[in-house]
Amino acid sequence: MSPLLRVESLGKSYGARLGCAEVSFDLWPGEVLGIVGESGSGKSTLLGCLAGHLAADSGRILYRGRDTRAMSEPERRMLARTEWAFVHQNPRDGLRMGVSAGGNVGERLMAVGARNYGQIRAAATDWLGRVEIAATRIDDRPRQFSGGMQQRLQIARNLVTGPRLVFMDEPTGGLDVSVQARLLDLLRGLVRDMGLSVVIVTHDLAVARLLADRLMVMKDGHVIEQGLTDQVLDDPQAAYTQLLVSSVLQV
Amino acid sequence: MTARATRKARPERPAMSEDYNFAYLDEDTKRMIRRALLKGIAIPGYQVPFASREMPMPYGWGTGGVQVTAACLVPEDRLKVIDQGADDTTNAVSIRRFFERTAGVATTTRTREATLIQTRHRIPEEPLREGQILVYQVPIPEPLRFLEPRESETRRMHALEDYGLMHVKLYEDIARHGEIATSYAYPVRVAGRHVMDPSPIPKFDNPKLSGNAAIQLFGAGREQRIYAVPPWTQVVSLDFEDHPFTPSKADAACDLCGAAGSYLDEVITDDAGSRMFVCSDTDYCTTRQAEGHRGRLNREEVA
Repeated sequence: MSPLLRVESLGKSYGARLGCAEVSFDLWPGEVLGIVGESGSGKSTLLGCLAGHLAADSGRILYRGRDTRAMSEPERRMLARTEWAFVHQNPRDGLRMGVSAGGNVGERLMAVGARNYGQIRAAATDWLGRVEIAATRIDDRPRQFSGGMQQRLQIARNLVTGPRLVFMDEPTGGLDVSVQARLLDLLRGLVRDMGLSVVIVTHDLAVARLLADRLMVMKDGHVIEQGLTDQVLDDPQAAYTQLLVSSVLQV
Repeated sequence: MTARATRKARPERPAMSEDYNFAYLDEDTKRMIRRALLKGIAIPGYQVPFASREMPMPYGWGTGGVQVTAACLVPEDRLKVIDQGADDTTNAVSIRRFFERTAGVATTTRTREATLIQTRHRIPEEPLREGQILVYQVPIPEPLRFLEPRESETRRMHALEDYGLMHVKLYEDIARHGEIATSYAYPVRVAGRHVMDPSPIPKFDNPKLSGNAAIQLFGAGREQRIYAVPPWTQVVSLDFEDHPFTPSKADAACDLCGAAGSYLDEVITDDAGSRMFVCSDTDYCTTRQAEGHRGRLNREEVA
């Protein structure tokens, strides 16, 4: 078996300021990799580079053996529409707010050539059900949805084409804890059922512990520790990781 | 100057004002527009930017179409101008007079006789023939504009053939109205590549875009874009397999000429709900009436 995604000494800087540097890891099929770290540690920069939203400066990103940095823009967009998905922290960034929920879910299908209204509609209904949105709301705009529903809709919209690799940027940020818990539950179920590989960026260690198989801790643009989630969280080696773990409030 | 010499050799033309260059625009501007037109013809459906000039009429009155017409006119041309199919409405009359004065070209209302037709929002009913040029006035050339407001992004979408969004609009139509409710400016795909806004023609006219013998040129003055459909080019209206494209018109026949297959305007005739339908293409209608065809409200004239 070969890794789905292999990253080799990836670097990105904004002028003189460092975004991230010397990041290397393998992501295997079906694996969930969590990236944790404080604000400004380069998590989102790294995710942006992986997903092709930002142009990395150095290193290689091999997706199923092909270097995505060397790909042409149409190829990369095709990948982003079919095999990849990106869940934004703010659902407004990932949804079309002026288009109905059904249209939002159907967009990816139509972008890859679905031209049968009935089938698109059926797939949208099916996916709204899977993310626990009532089918009667298929023609409502996302504006009329609550924050948690918007986030679930964004997930449905991303997963409808059956991607292999999902990038998530703080998917539970800005939601209250009970909604967070339901969303995490849903995500965990979807990841397991669909056999997704996930790269999830979060600053919430609880989210990381629930979802991630493996954890990467970043600080100042560098990966300072990586390993199995339980191992990193229960027996942190690096000083910063120890600080991070001990900063979590115990209820 | 050759232009004027030719005009003087043909005294039947209306008097041309000597204060302007032939067809109002200066030769350099016309050359610039022709270059854009050639590029448009070479890449069917692609929107070519051009340096649109101020014209002596307000934006929205056909400044784009007028510039394209000016760049294409030669003294031997016979010009027809229509506005929603009619030759006698304000827009059509003023543009026709504009070119009578500045270019001194002959004009006509007969589709068959015209070599260059400038149109606002209709395609003539009578099939066009090779050698004719049809110039459309376009308000908003970008078919994706109301879906994606960023120009940089819509250009990228055209470049990458990323047209899924266009179908999202049609999907929304069906979800809300049960059918594709877009009835004008219906998006089309030209030569299997670019998605194009055919200007606000009724979707009834869309089939006439495809495989048309005439050169079809589109000018958007305010938006500074020119695009074109060369003769005999395939133009497909976007649709879904289970909701196919259907050209629609009022379900009636013309009350003046009795034509059942032409695009109709509805005219309210009193405040008691009476109405009549008449051909929107006035030339088509008068030609048919001259041939003896009569509609529902025109019977008394039948001998």
